[in-house]
Amino acid sequence: MKAIIAATIIGVIMMFASILSNNKSGIVSLATVLFFFLFGINIWEVYESINATGVAAPAYLNNMMSLDSFAIWFSMLMSGCALLYILLLGKEIAKVGKHVGEYFALIAFIMVGIYLLAGYSNMLMLFIGIEILSIPQYILAGSDKRNLKSTEASLKYFLMGSFSTGILLMGIAMLYGATGSFDIINFRMLQTDALNPLALSGILFLIIGLGFKVSAAPMHMWTPDVYDGSPTPFTAFMSTIVKAGVFVAFLRLFHASFGNLTNHWMMIVAVITATTLFIGNITAVFQQSVKRMLAYSSIAQAGFMLFAILSVNATAWQGIVIYAVAYSVATIGMFAVLIKLKDYTYDGFNGLAKKEPALAFFTTIFLMSLAGIPLTGGFMAKYFVLLAAVQQGQVMWLVIFALIMAAVSVYYYFKVIIAMYFKTGEAELNHEVTGYDKLMLGITCLLVILIGLMPQLLLNL
Amino acid sequence: MGVLMRRNAIIIFMCVELMLNAVNLLMVAFSKMFNDPSSQIFVFFIMVVAAAEVAVGLAIIVMMYRKVHSVDINILNRLKH
Repeated sequence: MKAIIAATIIGVIMMFASILSNNKSGIVSLATVLFFFLFGINIWEVYESINATGVAAPAYLNNMMSLDSFAIWFSMLMSGCALLYILLLGKEIAKVGKHVGEYFALIAFIMVGIYLLAGYSNMLMLFIGIEILSIPQYILAGSDKRNLKSTEASLKYFLMGSFSTGILLMGIAMLYGATGSFDIINFRMLQTDALNPLALSGILFLIIGLGFKVSAAPMHMWTPDVYDGSPTPFTAFMSTIVKAGVFVAFLRLFHASFGNLTNHWMMIVAVITATTLFIGNITAVFQQSVKRMLAYSSIAQAGFMLFAILSVNATAWQGIVIYAVAYSVATIGMFAVLIKLKDYTYDGFNGLAKKEPALAFFTTIFLMSLAGIPLTGGFMAKYFVLLAAVQQGQVMWLVIFALIMAAVSVYYYFKVIIAMYFKTGEAELNHEVTGYDKLMLGITCLLVILIGLMPQLLLNL
Repeated sequence: MGVLMRRNAIIIFMCVELMLNAVNLLMVAFSKMFNDPSSQIFVFFIMVVAAAEVAVGLAIIVMMYRKVHSVDINILNRLKH
């Protein structure tokens, strides 16, 4: 709860800072300090929750929030990712437009949404969390006002996003009609036999509504356009931390309340997973622009994260945590490299290894993590979510399919590596890579490898 | 499902609002059925959030109109290659 309050206050401070000051670099440093502070508060909360073992999870706001140790731990990790994001891309955010402070304010408000989604226990909080998370994103997507593509991305995202919110709300209303309660614990009363058609259609609507937000396959149409059109620093945020937050909400809802109804929704989610993996990976192969390829790859990675929802067991919870962090760190690093380049196509990477060997090396590590090569975080993440699915045992065909798709993904990630190392050309950079950039990218790289070697560090639940 | 049919951004937007109003009505009806006021509170929240969404959405549509002097979403296809 402290983190939620702190993030809100940070958002307000950033808004005032942007009114009072025009000094861009000053605002960036202020934001960095405040996000450090936020991360510190999260750690404090984790520390408190560890000391309070045996006590029931504290409930807030009339039992609408239950911040159990998982919620607090996950919030802490997401704050860490957000801090890393600001350290890596803070200067680039300042270049997007004039109103720098407001971008950081919106990012802080999105963090509030993520904390709510990590610990909700009432559908009202789910709805509010999703909206707090989405509405700032519509603005961030359109924040580059000079660029028509950014405006288009924003409008498209807004229309699709509010449409999916409507569907989500319909699902909530139907479940309320079936159970007479908004509390996710009470949904457990739904009986497997004699399931109310109202509840069934409610669950279906919820899958569609949440699927929109995590860009699962039949509902993924907005993703490539929005991620491609938005300013690159905000794409990095939207495709990683935000997506992970919505996934945890998805997981919490389907494991805590519909865990005993699996035979009703298992098949639907399995088909969605298969299509997501297929469309994401196969379409990514044909992309010319690396940014668009990363957008499709984020759909593909969402397919892997859906495995955690399919397999209703404890490993799935561990898997989603590792996946969220490993994927976020690697993708943020990848975007931080991408933003330094003038040309976002594969050809733009030609000869980068000669010009900036360090940058090329870091990119290689990030891409290997995304592809799931052992010793990187991505491997452990994929291992854990697939392990959860194997333990659950009903969707073995899907696991095999996912492994094939992971092999396909190696092709398009390694195309970038081949362009960097084996093709001749002049990779043009926007500006010189400073020592600070290299240091931060190096730390990100170390994190990726650390997750790959010691994933249990993230599982300190 | 006007959202899927119409081509004018503002009309799509109005259709989305209609969807939200449908949910509101459903909530209130269930509230009466269960004699439970909590969903009426939910309706207030939906209205507040919808208002926030309108503010952002109309701003985005105005921004779009200033650029291309049209609110037709067919021009959005420019992002596709």
